[in-house]
Amino acid sequence: MNETMKKLIYALLFLCISQLAHAKLEIEIIQGNASALPIAIIPMQWLSADPRPETGVSEVISSDLYRSGLFEPLADEDMVDRPVDEESIRYGTWRLLKVDYLMIGQVRDAPGGTGYDIVYQLYDVHTQESLLSQITTVGFGDLRFGAHRVADAVYEKLTGVPGAFSTRIAYISSTGTGNAQNYQLFVADADGFNPQAVVGSPEPLLSPNWSPDGQQLAYVSFEKGNSAIYVQNVATGQRELVSSGKGINGAPAFSPDGRYLAMTLSYTGNPEIYVRDLATGQKRQLTNHWSIDTEPLWSPDSQWIYFTSDRGGRPQIYRVAAAGGKASRITREGEYNARASISPDGTRIAVAHGRGNEYRIAVLDMDTGRMRILTPGVLDESPSFAPNGSMILYATREGERGVLSAVSADGNVRQRLILTEGDVREPAWSPVIR
Amino acid sequence: MKSTWRILLALVIAVAISACKTTEPATDTSATDTTDTKPVVEEATTSAAPDPRDYTDARNFDNSESLLSKRVIYFDFDKSEVKREYRDIVAAHAAYVAANSTARVTLEGHADERGTREYNLGLGERRGNAVSGLLSVAGARGGQLDTVSYGEERPVCRVSDDNCWSQNRRVEIVYTAR
Repeated sequence: MNETMKKLIYALLFLCISQLAHAKLEIEIIQGNASALPIAIIPMQWLSADPRPETGVSEVISSDLYRSGLFEPLADEDMVDRPVDEESIRYGTWRLLKVDYLMIGQVRDAPGGTGYDIVYQLYDVHTQESLLSQITTVGFGDLRFGAHRVADAVYEKLTGVPGAFSTRIAYISSTGTGNAQNYQLFVADADGFNPQAVVGSPEPLLSPNWSPDGQQLAYVSFEKGNSAIYVQNVATGQRELVSSGKGINGAPAFSPDGRYLAMTLSYTGNPEIYVRDLATGQKRQLTNHWSIDTEPLWSPDSQWIYFTSDRGGRPQIYRVAAAGGKASRITREGEYNARASISPDGTRIAVAHGRGNEYRIAVLDMDTGRMRILTPGVLDESPSFAPNGSMILYATREGERGVLSAVSADGNVRQRLILTEGDVREPAWSPVIR
Repeated sequence: MKSTWRILLALVIAVAISACKTTEPATDTSATDTTDTKPVVEEATTSAAPDPRDYTDARNFDNSESLLSKRVIYFDFDKSEVKREYRDIVAAHAAYVAANSTARVTLEGHADERGTREYNLGLGERRGNAVSGLLSVAGARGGQLDTVSYGEERPVCRVSDDNCWSQNRRVEIVYTAR
């Protein structure tokens, strides 16, 4: 084949692939934070002989920090100076630009040719003090992941809370209608990039739930005609059918130690919460009531299981000791509270909070009993706490399709993750993967 | 030779462009046809039109004058009681199932999009069980009936308004054998 032709074809294919990659995701801050910390992330020097990646490491870091709502990174065009080491930093310039923190760095080949070293330093512009000086080593294909790790370190240094940028999210996407409808379970980076379909089906998929080590996903699939629970290894794709009895097999939830799976089963004729020992396959029944009991959730200390029940007339959150016993009601405010997610310290639960036709994400502080509505609605559901408790990912609707949004746990910052393909819902934020 | 390349190039461009197309979000708001479910062919009996009130006659499944042709029951929000206006339809199907021991029915329960997905699975099942219960009381045997809940996963209408929601809160009476 002639060379020009070849190049043209490659160029077209490349154009197509990059367009698809861009079509996947737009991030938009809906409501910002006036007290965000101004920081300058200087573009990193690229010292490797390999071609430079399309998106620079510093751009990824900058975008992570921006999305958190707690930082205001300096725009690229305002970067009047690009220091490469401590000696070349002119602090006066940065003070004039009203920047509080400055990060510089380089990407170079890791010793032994196994990947790259991201070498970086963080400075306080006012005290001229070095706050961080570290090297993050990553494999060849993992530069974005490395950048998220750096963002985690910067976030932790400046806020005192560990970052959650190097984590992942799982969600369900549905495309097409009628007979052409297709459901997929996706796993993507926490910023929505690198979406990978874990499983696809022409029948509904729902309720993804991460194992505590971030290696497995439990989910519900209707591929056999009725609901069934599967546990699948994300990396290998290998999966196990865990439950496919008569009636509902739903709402799987891993225990914090990963040994048990709580779930909703209705083979007795009514939905009840069960706990299954994943090693032995033995299960025990935790609730026994004529109402709908579903959406089990473990407390981080494994002592309690929270769940949704309409035993009081309308759906509300209850909890029962994981060892069994009497259930007690947790949510008291509002006519509809369901599908709880719990903060990593176990003190707050986020719920889908319904009033009339409007559903919003609300957070209940279980110590004070105060409930706070965080989102504007009107059909918000499936809250999922970030593993550092800083944000809550949730599903909302825009016209006739579902999109994902995130809100800071204090309600001050909201952002929308638009995954443009299909109807996107049921986000589940992964644990921190080490 | 040159023209061959030209055709090839045109093809590659066409493929590349079509592959670039991003999927449009679902905008189909039309309700899919749920009245007719399985085309089960019955043995020819008499040529005379069936009596629409003979609920043991399978020909009435396709007779719009007969209650047997109606196979969707609608519900109020967050409710699972079969409303009075649908009792006659359920009774007609009960009569058919009781008279035809080989008949098998799956009651597919559905909910509208409001509320959480797993709770709605429970709600859909409760609705399916309500219809199943009425069929049993009227003579259908347990082995003939099955309930599957799809919750809010299979809407027939995708607009977020009262009209659409009322179409989605339903139980579909699906004959897997007549």
